[in-house]
Amino acid sequence: MKCDACKEIIYKEELHKNLSVCPNCGKHFRLSARRRIKQIVDEGTFQEIGKEIVTENPLQFEGYLKKVELLKEKTKIEEAVKCGICEIEGEKVVLGVMDGNFLMGSMGSAVGERITLAVETAIKKQLPFVMFCVSGGARMQEGIVSLMQMAKTSSAIAKLNKAGNLYISVLTDPTTGGVTASFASLGDIILAEPKALIGFAGPRVIEQTIKQKLPKGFQSSEFLLEHGFIDKIVERKDMKTTIAKLIRLNKKS
Amino acid sequence: MKKQTKITAWERVTLARELERPKASDYIDAIFEDFIELHGDRNFGDDKAIIGGIATLNEMAVTVIGEQKGKNVKENMERNFGMPQPEGYRKALRLMKQAEKFKRPIITFIDTPGAYPGMGAEERGQGEAIAKNIMEMSSLKVPIICIIIGEGSSGGALAIGVGDKVVMLENAIYSILSPEGFASILYKDSSKAKEAAETMKITAKDLKKLGIIDKIITEPEKGAQNDFDNITKSIKKYLIQAIRKLKKLSEEELLEQRYQKYRII
Repeated sequence: MKCDACKEIIYKEELHKNLSVCPNCGKHFRLSARRRIKQIVDEGTFQEIGKEIVTENPLQFEGYLKKVELLKEKTKIEEAVKCGICEIEGEKVVLGVMDGNFLMGSMGSAVGERITLAVETAIKKQLPFVMFCVSGGARMQEGIVSLMQMAKTSSAIAKLNKAGNLYISVLTDPTTGGVTASFASLGDIILAEPKALIGFAGPRVIEQTIKQKLPKGFQSSEFLLEHGFIDKIVERKDMKTTIAKLIRLNKKS
Repeated sequence: MKKQTKITAWERVTLARELERPKASDYIDAIFEDFIELHGDRNFGDDKAIIGGIATLNEMAVTVIGEQKGKNVKENMERNFGMPQPEGYRKALRLMKQAEKFKRPIITFIDTPGAYPGMGAEERGQGEAIAKNIMEMSSLKVPIICIIIGEGSSGGALAIGVGDKVVMLENAIYSILSPEGFASILYKDSSKAKEAAETMKITAKDLKKLGIIDKIITEPEKGAQNDFDNITKSIKKYLIQAIRKLKKLSEEELLEQRYQKYRII
């Protein structure tokens, strides 16, 4: 295949061995939840929570559940987020990983519920919470119910804060809309992968509003770092160790 | 007030957006006494799309916040058509934190087509500002009542919309985004907005049924401006009763009840 950033020909196997990062230019390709978990979690320690929570159709939106069924078959996951208890370099954490292959990682009631349940589990078990975000925003097909997931997840994060647990949020390409405007922006520590698109309004919406082209790199991880909205940009090869280190440094004394 | 007959969701969208429809400042002036507006987020600026301050409601001090649209082009230019910037939300949060410090109940008036999607807004963290407000509102230790008076669109509405009671005027709308936006994303055709409005469940009646809102304030068929006195009277009556009840709860009970309100959706 061809890297869409540097146009070099790269072999799929080589790419996957390199954590789905282009060996030539360093472009971080998007990851499925399954691959992400494999990269971050100590082998054999991931125990999923909230798997039983499935998509609902509050607006009775035509064709929605059918589309979800097709996606489930294609992606082999049941919703746009996977959560679980696991270990990262031996540190026990609650982890949430979104998957952009499932309706652009959009947040509907099942995604909101799974994340909330994960946060509540972290509180109950006194564990740190780590969330890998990738999302186009709210799940349009679920209308107002998806908007309410922003309130539900953010309220859970407020409880997590009150309980004194660490929350590390990791923003990956792309993190936008209702997810940026809720739990993604609420980490004690916010990390991002290089060159990820991160913002509230999407670039097209902004361009339509201001009737001009956005400068190159607008809403990139590097742009957000410069404007003070994230703590650190971390390359994929360093992600696991960085998270483990931060957890160790933030252990309650 | 006469009961409304069949008004379509799209007709309500039109009514909710009418220029003549009463705006946040109209309600604030009519319902409260001694309103003193307070300005600025103490960080960057003063966003005129959000107004806020202290007032009294039946001799009780309260903090009032509102998304402010204009009634003509000039006013709308000044108010950015009710589309707040991050500093508007940060001003609102500052005033709400102040309310908590002085144990004042908070009342918010929601009326926005959405948070402003501009370059400056992104540079100054629109997403972070909204997220922070939602999180903080979930744990403020004073009663919060949110009233949707016109358009309640997306995260821009929710950023001042997390409370113990959420109330809607009968012709107001509350949605994930505009019916036009919904139609262009899901039907790939923004001219199907009317159809989208019906599907999206954005009317007070539909949202009450879904358990998203707690109370509907009835309006005359042609909109709130045609019976403004009675509408403000019923809002005032509701606020006084609701706050009285909420004040009886302990802080823990109040916060747990608010958490559960969103937890079950």
